[in-house]
Amino acid sequence: MAGIVSYGAYVPPTRLGFGVMSGRPAKPGEEGPERAVAWADEDAITMAVAAGANALRGFDRAGVDALLFASTSHPFREKQSAALIAKALDLRRDVATADVAGSLRAGTGALRAAFDAVAAGSARRVLVIASDQRPAAPGSALERAFGDGAVAFLVGNDDPIAVFEAAHAVADEIVDVWRGEGDRFVHTWEDRFVVQEGYAPVLAEAVKGLLGKLGEGAGELARACLYAPDERSLAGVAKACGLRREQLQDALFGRLGNTGCAFAPLLLAAALESARPGERLLVAAYGDGAEALALRTTAQLEKLEPRRGVSWHLARRRPVRSYDRFLRARNLDAREYEPARDQGLSATIHFRERDEDVSFVGQRCRSCGGLQFPNQRVCERCFAKDDFAPERLSDKTGSVVTYTFDFFFPTPDPPTIVTITEIDGARVHLQLVDARPEDVKLGMPVEFSFRRIHEVGGRPNYYWKARPYDPEGFAAHDPEGFAAHDPEGFAGATHGSGR
Amino acid sequence: MSRGTLRDKVAVVGVGCSQFGENWDMAPSDMIVDAAYEAYADAGIDDPQRRIDAVFTGSIYSQKGPHECSDALKLFAKPVTMVSNYCATGTDAFRCGVLSVAAGLYDTVLVVGYDKPKDRGVSGPSVMMNQVRDLPQTPAGWFALCAATYFDKYGAGREDLGRIAVKNHHNGTLAPKSFLKREITLEEHAQARMISWPFGLYDCAAQTDGAAAAVITRADLAKSFRADPIWVKGVTVIAGPNPQKDPSNDFLSWKPTGWAADDVYRQAAIDDPRRQIQVAQLHDCFTLTELLSYEDLGFCAKGAAREHIASGVFELGGELPVNTDGGLKTFGHPTGATGVRMIYENVLQLRGQAGPRQVPGAELALSHNIGGHPTACGIAILGNS
Repeated sequence: MAGIVSYGAYVPPTRLGFGVMSGRPAKPGEEGPERAVAWADEDAITMAVAAGANALRGFDRAGVDALLFASTSHPFREKQSAALIAKALDLRRDVATADVAGSLRAGTGALRAAFDAVAAGSARRVLVIASDQRPAAPGSALERAFGDGAVAFLVGNDDPIAVFEAAHAVADEIVDVWRGEGDRFVHTWEDRFVVQEGYAPVLAEAVKGLLGKLGEGAGELARACLYAPDERSLAGVAKACGLRREQLQDALFGRLGNTGCAFAPLLLAAALESARPGERLLVAAYGDGAEALALRTTAQLEKLEPRRGVSWHLARRRPVRSYDRFLRARNLDAREYEPARDQGLSATIHFRERDEDVSFVGQRCRSCGGLQFPNQRVCERCFAKDDFAPERLSDKTGSVVTYTFDFFFPTPDPPTIVTITEIDGARVHLQLVDARPEDVKLGMPVEFSFRRIHEVGGRPNYYWKARPYDPEGFAAHDPEGFAAHDPEGFAGATHGSGR
Repeated sequence: MSRGTLRDKVAVVGVGCSQFGENWDMAPSDMIVDAAYEAYADAGIDDPQRRIDAVFTGSIYSQKGPHECSDALKLFAKPVTMVSNYCATGTDAFRCGVLSVAAGLYDTVLVVGYDKPKDRGVSGPSVMMNQVRDLPQTPAGWFALCAATYFDKYGAGREDLGRIAVKNHHNGTLAPKSFLKREITLEEHAQARMISWPFGLYDCAAQTDGAAAAVITRADLAKSFRADPIWVKGVTVIAGPNPQKDPSNDFLSWKPTGWAADDVYRQAAIDDPRRQIQVAQLHDCFTLTELLSYEDLGFCAKGAAREHIASGVFELGGELPVNTDGGLKTFGHPTGATGVRMIYENVLQLRGQAGPRQVPGAELALSHNIGGHPTACGIAILGNS
């Protein structure tokens, strides 16, 4: 039976406290309500790559037949995100890819389509990723409500950890939340209208319809993972559906925020982290209607190696110290001139280098066995010519050979940590992210993260960056150490004196 | 493989240098004319259109090719070549001129190095924005990559870099055509704003406009220009791997400098550079680059630069003064001009014309450029006998 074989999540470690949004300075160690924010080098695509890689940990990437990518915040108006994500994940060239867009139901819709494809036999394994970084006007209520994040599910019919049971959808035309052509930010009609005529009755209609198809009452559910604009509206829908409070998966208001089309699927991933075999889970999303899916966990759930899921990411925080920094990272600060857009990054160079830049694939010399990056015709070590096998670097770990902190390189958040990183003998010039300069040590272990590198040519350009590798593994929590990380808290001029 | 020598085949008979600085009111052609006509006068040439057989120019910012130089000087109906090799451009243009004379192709050649970075509207060097993978690339970021490793291994630190900056700021006050004429203190160095750790503002060369020129000729013709020609003892430019992906790079030195030193010392028959060379102009794009070059050129053992800096070996009045005119740090660094500007300074030193910064009795002088990531090193050795 079609079901979920594996899952993974991604939540950016950068968190914006509601107090900081109101202009108060962040205090070290303070833990108030906050939201996750994709930083300047992240977007829906980079978060999707991270979540996808987490779902694929321990699974053969060549076995993925299709990739469905759901988002309301695709970085390109015209250009497929899924193909770029497939390339960054180094999936097979004949993988079927599609973007699902334009709706907060895109995540559950893509998941349902994947179950259907596997059930119909048109694909053995489908990777479904939902990722959103929705734009909200500075100072608006939506800016506070939104959060950024991504989730991925590997769907298949071999050894699923949760099988798909049934779905029920409702289509409903309403102008409540929208972003039109050319609009910079998401708009919403008055929230009382949105909840009373849209969200609450329509989501309840979908949930009750699904329960009717299952022939069971709400009491049989172990967990309900429901999209909600806020805590109070969620409680209202739960009551209308006959759900008890303890059946509701924590919607993470004040910790993660409303992650758009990834919201309900992210809660499903969180539910899978703590579920036991044989439990029924419900996931339901709202947006111009609603869609509810039911799954039942299997004994395989306990055999799946620990995932980098929701709790792993929530435990890793870097508070943003000032609201101005957040605005700069989002390109929402006032500037005299827009950044130069005509420096002519060549599309043909991008085309030639996509194996290296997007897939992060290097080459291993068949003659001497050495690994090198980027691709070259002649071996750096033994000078053999044109005798290499491609080898993916993105899921390896590396170590820092040397580094500097570049204050000159243009970024909203200087300094840029620059390293030479050794990956299985190959030397690669990489930025290091998710760390403060004082955390950087010679020889420190790193892993790799797909990020925005710059916007030359007026479009997002992507490449890989190093980030500190946590050798404790996927389940380890180090909130003390990681919470202390702070993208701004660096007094660069004094760093390293006396070395 | 066999390598010959250029020793004593070619002589420098004239040198010139424009004022280095933020030359807002000068075009590249203005600076080229200043430098070249000073070099003509120095060589006793008053009819350059007849006496100059060929021109070798070096620039990395110019988009106009060799024509910019030939048009400025109205040197037509002659071969004109432009060389571009990052910061080694000036030395490479000089090398190409020397090669052409040594090959017997021309009698007398003009070498011009120049650049005009201050027309770009930005302070400091370009941030490379050409490709996806090449980012982020700032020159300070490239050259800083030896710092963490070198400091870790040899115990040196920012204060050692500070002594180099203080020295070069002092020397620059003694050179009439230098850009910065201001002494700094170790404390000012330590407190300067950070550019790319460990390089603060005073660890970085001053990017300026400027041009420098040299007239070179066949050895047997040299004394027909002037009685005290300066002899080319050796010149080379050597390529190295990109250190950012070189799997065997130790980030304790830049490989091309060592290789270039081997080649040029062989040409010049030098086996004890510390004793045989009396004055040197080293590529101090950043203070650490100068520090590493002391070691990579054999002026002291690897890891020993710190104690030699502390004892003043490389200061004016020391055993082997380095960057007597302030170097890239304060004389200025118009990339294509720098190697030729070093030839200019060394020629003055070898003739005893360097005024208050004169190194007494200098007989052999070395100039050194390293450029790219760095991926190329040029060295020239001149002598007065």
